[in-house]
Amino acid sequence: MSALFGKHGKHGKHGKHGKHERHESRLPWVSSNTTPESDELVDSGRRSALKILGLGGLVLAVGPGGVRRLDAAALTAADPWNPHVYVKIADDGIVTILCHRSEMGQGIRTTMPMIIADEMEADWSNCRVEQADGEEKYGSQNTDGSTSIRAFLPQYREAGATVRALMEDAAAKEWGVAATEVKAEQHEVVHTATGRRKSFGSLVASARTMAMPARERLRIKSPAERRWQGKAMRSIDLVPVTTGKAVYGADVILPGMKVAMVVRPPVWGSKVVSVDDSAALKVPGVEKVVRIPESPIPGAFLPLGGVAVVAKNTWAAIRGREALKVTWDAGPHATYESKAYKAELEASVAKPGAPGYRTGDVAAALASGARTVKASYYMPHLSHAQMEPVAAIANVSNGKVEAWAPTQSPFDARNTLAQYLKVEPANVTVHVTLLGGAFGRKSKPDFVCEAAFLSREVGAPVRVQWTREDDVRNSYYHSVAAHRLEASLDASGKVTGWLHRSAYPTISSVFAPNLPGPTPDELINGASDVPWDIPNMSVEVCPAVAHVRIGWFRSVNAIHHGFAIGSFVDELAQAAGKDSAEFLLQLIGRDRVVDQSKNGMVEPPKDYYGAAWTDYPLDTVRAKNVVRTVMEKSGWGTKLPRGRGRGIAVHRSFLSYVAMVVEVEVLPDGTVLVPKATVAVDAGFVANPDRAKSQMEGALIMAMSNTLHSEISFAQGRVVQSNYRDYQVARMRAAPRTVDVHILQNEGMPGGIGEPGVPPACGAIANAIFAATGVRVRELPVGRQLAGWSTRATEDGSS
Amino acid sequence: MITLTVNGTRRSFDGDPTMPLLWYLRDELALTGTKYGCGIAQCGACTVHVAGRPARACQLKMETLQGAVVTTIEGLHPTGQHPLQEAWREIDVPQCGFCQPGQIMQAAGLLKNKPKPTDQDIDTAMNGHICRCGTYPRIRAAIKAAAEKQS
Ligand code: FES
Ligand code: FES
Repeated sequence: MSALFGKHGKHGKHGKHGKHERHESRLPWVSSNTTPESDELVDSGRRSALKILGLGGLVLAVGPGGVRRLDAAALTAADPWNPHVYVKIADDGIVTILCHRSEMGQGIRTTMPMIIADEMEADWSNCRVEQADGEEKYGSQNTDGSTSIRAFLPQYREAGATVRALMEDAAAKEWGVAATEVKAEQHEVVHTATGRRKSFGSLVASARTMAMPARERLRIKSPAERRWQGKAMRSIDLVPVTTGKAVYGADVILPGMKVAMVVRPPVWGSKVVSVDDSAALKVPGVEKVVRIPESPIPGAFLPLGGVAVVAKNTWAAIRGREALKVTWDAGPHATYESKAYKAELEASVAKPGAPGYRTGDVAAALASGARTVKASYYMPHLSHAQMEPVAAIANVSNGKVEAWAPTQSPFDARNTLAQYLKVEPANVTVHVTLLGGAFGRKSKPDFVCEAAFLSREVGAPVRVQWTREDDVRNSYYHSVAAHRLEASLDASGKVTGWLHRSAYPTISSVFAPNLPGPTPDELINGASDVPWDIPNMSVEVCPAVAHVRIGWFRSVNAIHHGFAIGSFVDELAQAAGKDSAEFLLQLIGRDRVVDQSKNGMVEPPKDYYGAAWTDYPLDTVRAKNVVRTVMEKSGWGTKLPRGRGRGIAVHRSFLSYVAMVVEVEVLPDGTVLVPKATVAVDAGFVANPDRAKSQMEGALIMAMSNTLHSEISFAQGRVVQSNYRDYQVARMRAAPRTVDVHILQNEGMPGGIGEPGVPPACGAIANAIFAATGVRVRELPVGRQLAGWSTRATEDGSS
Repeated sequence: MITLTVNGTRRSFDGDPTMPLLWYLRDELALTGTKYGCGIAQCGACTVHVAGRPARACQLKMETLQGAVVTTIEGLHPTGQHPLQEAWREIDVPQCGFCQPGQIMQAAGLLKNKPKPTDQDIDTAMNGHICRCGTYPRIRAAIKAAAEKQS
């Protein structure tokens, strides 16, 4: 059902194309150089790649198991090979690399081509990057889970090495010399003996027809041969970004495009009772009011539904929506109250849960410890509040759907669009713009579906624009969480037992209705895989029902795991009367390398962050190294005046080890500033260290928001906050003067970079506040809790 | 009819006089470097210069801009080589980049008044800008680097 309340018939006031067509369309990264290659010859993945790369030149497809020349890469059912990356060398030598991952600030549009170009021996100034569309043949393009480099580094390297070998072979053949006598060097092949040179461009014609170099012959560069990998490379989009030319979601302009604003359910699952659009339709510029059916909850990635105002420009849509009167039924979650829910979660963790990790006899240990320590922690819902509110453009005509969106997962966008509009995925194209921040929000294509639905309804291209209020009130939220930890210490202050229970509504609840709570395997996101050496442990999850859409948020459950565990370890150090950093080292304990899936894990999932458990065992030496590095570099142990303090935490998530020492200054009014932070990260091989550093800086500052300011709460099922005024995030004044990031570079398997910085930062900030003020914050956000701290009695007895 | 100058070009507007400058720039002139982040003067993403001073385009109704001279990020420097733009690239400030046009426009206003800003000046001038990616330390460094270079 899609009830229409419009006054202008099927195509709106100006027919299919409005009169406001003054702008050229602006379509990011879609080359005008489209290919006429016949449809029968190419599968859709190749077609899409060719469309973007243009005809001619030498095009190579890179996938699991190797590199193929595009002419040989036709896919058949018998050979369902999925290339992820395409590299083209044009006849003029220009190299174009098709980036299959979304750029949201992590730098992948630089790092991925840089690795390939380095291995190719390409000249960076002759390399271009184009953005791939959403395509089945690229495999999952979901840019999440800090995955891009750790999953694809070997493929990128092999791709580059193949091109290099192919260029060398082509030159050797042209010169009639052995391939061993030539060497690729910065976009040329050199005959070592004579110094003769041939440019990559001039070799394209030969390379198109020769045999591809055998895989066994490929030589991945040694560390000494690398030009940029592991060193530095400035981001490729800096000029457009700093001149306002970069194209984000809302910046795509199509001829005749309408702008839509949607009134969405105020409570999860509530439904429209009545619509009065008379005033809305009187607003100049408003063309139509369209009902979007409410998707049954939980709804996964489908739009919430509601009522849309379609107008000729954004302001008219905003004013039209203000004038629209919609009434809603109460909805099944109208009783959701954050205060009451917190009590529910606390009651949940008071009882034993389902174990994800168990060793020894924790009950006995807790009963016999020389000392036991107990603490509870709470973290509210969070919203990504990425600076770019979601927006998408779609044009649906003749049964074909074309969309432009800042999406982390163009492939999911494509499939969800197909499902939602009941069309074949082959008839759906999703172009990826730059993402103005994402943090997990833009993995969900609900907003893309809204645009496509409305385009179909009004018969014109439509941009759906979410306001900040929409973003704060109708998002997918990070789980609210309660934790309860108990530990026993022996007489020497060594931890003998560790009980950790947590309760939080699970992300799975958006995919399946009525789930009772999280499952124990979710604990591997930084709770059941802690690096501690404790003989008796139990890590459990407890029931928690979702009353709102829950979604991935940068670092996911590791955020609250990191906060609770990081804080509790510091509390244990105080209880043991030990230095917090020394205590951490002792807790990590003996040098050992452990496959954690075989060591106390209860029914561990098959993979670990999508990787093999055996590839990423816990290595306590690495965990201790990051701790020692921040101790040494931060001036740990030196005295600070009251009101200033350092906190330390270490956490492992997304297959990387990160330790932080955060220094805070707490003003008498309770304002927390972070003048300085020291970070050490061991993420195996780090391809682009400067971007990794910037991710650590950003993670720390996002953790400041999570810890100090941000909270989404619910009253009568509705989000209480509305915009940055009441959903606050960290700002310049409190931000560090210095973030000293140490990348412990090595040749190990790469780990994640985008996410693992957040969890230790949350704990380290809370611990620093304790060190500065004697106040232990167990409930986030800190907010105004520290007001007047200097005159309060404190837990550590100081005043 | 409202007439104003945007990036040196005379423009006239006869639409809804209550339309904020932000949407006029983005929807009518296709100057999409000026970003929407909050609409309520909380984030600074929409910052442009009006009469040479930083202003939040989401707060300025078109009816108040008769004869105004507006500069957007696209017009800050004819070839995009304002010292701040160069410093931004030198230090590789942006992550997602979405907030950066607004940050740069604000910083340009700051340097005009205070060619040698202190940390405190920077904090005061830039505190109204949100960078959710957390590039604040690099923004601070880039402003200082540009100031250094200018003097
Ligand atoms: S959009 Fe104007 S200040 Fe945020
Ligand atoms: S760089 Fe992403 S919001 Fe500032």
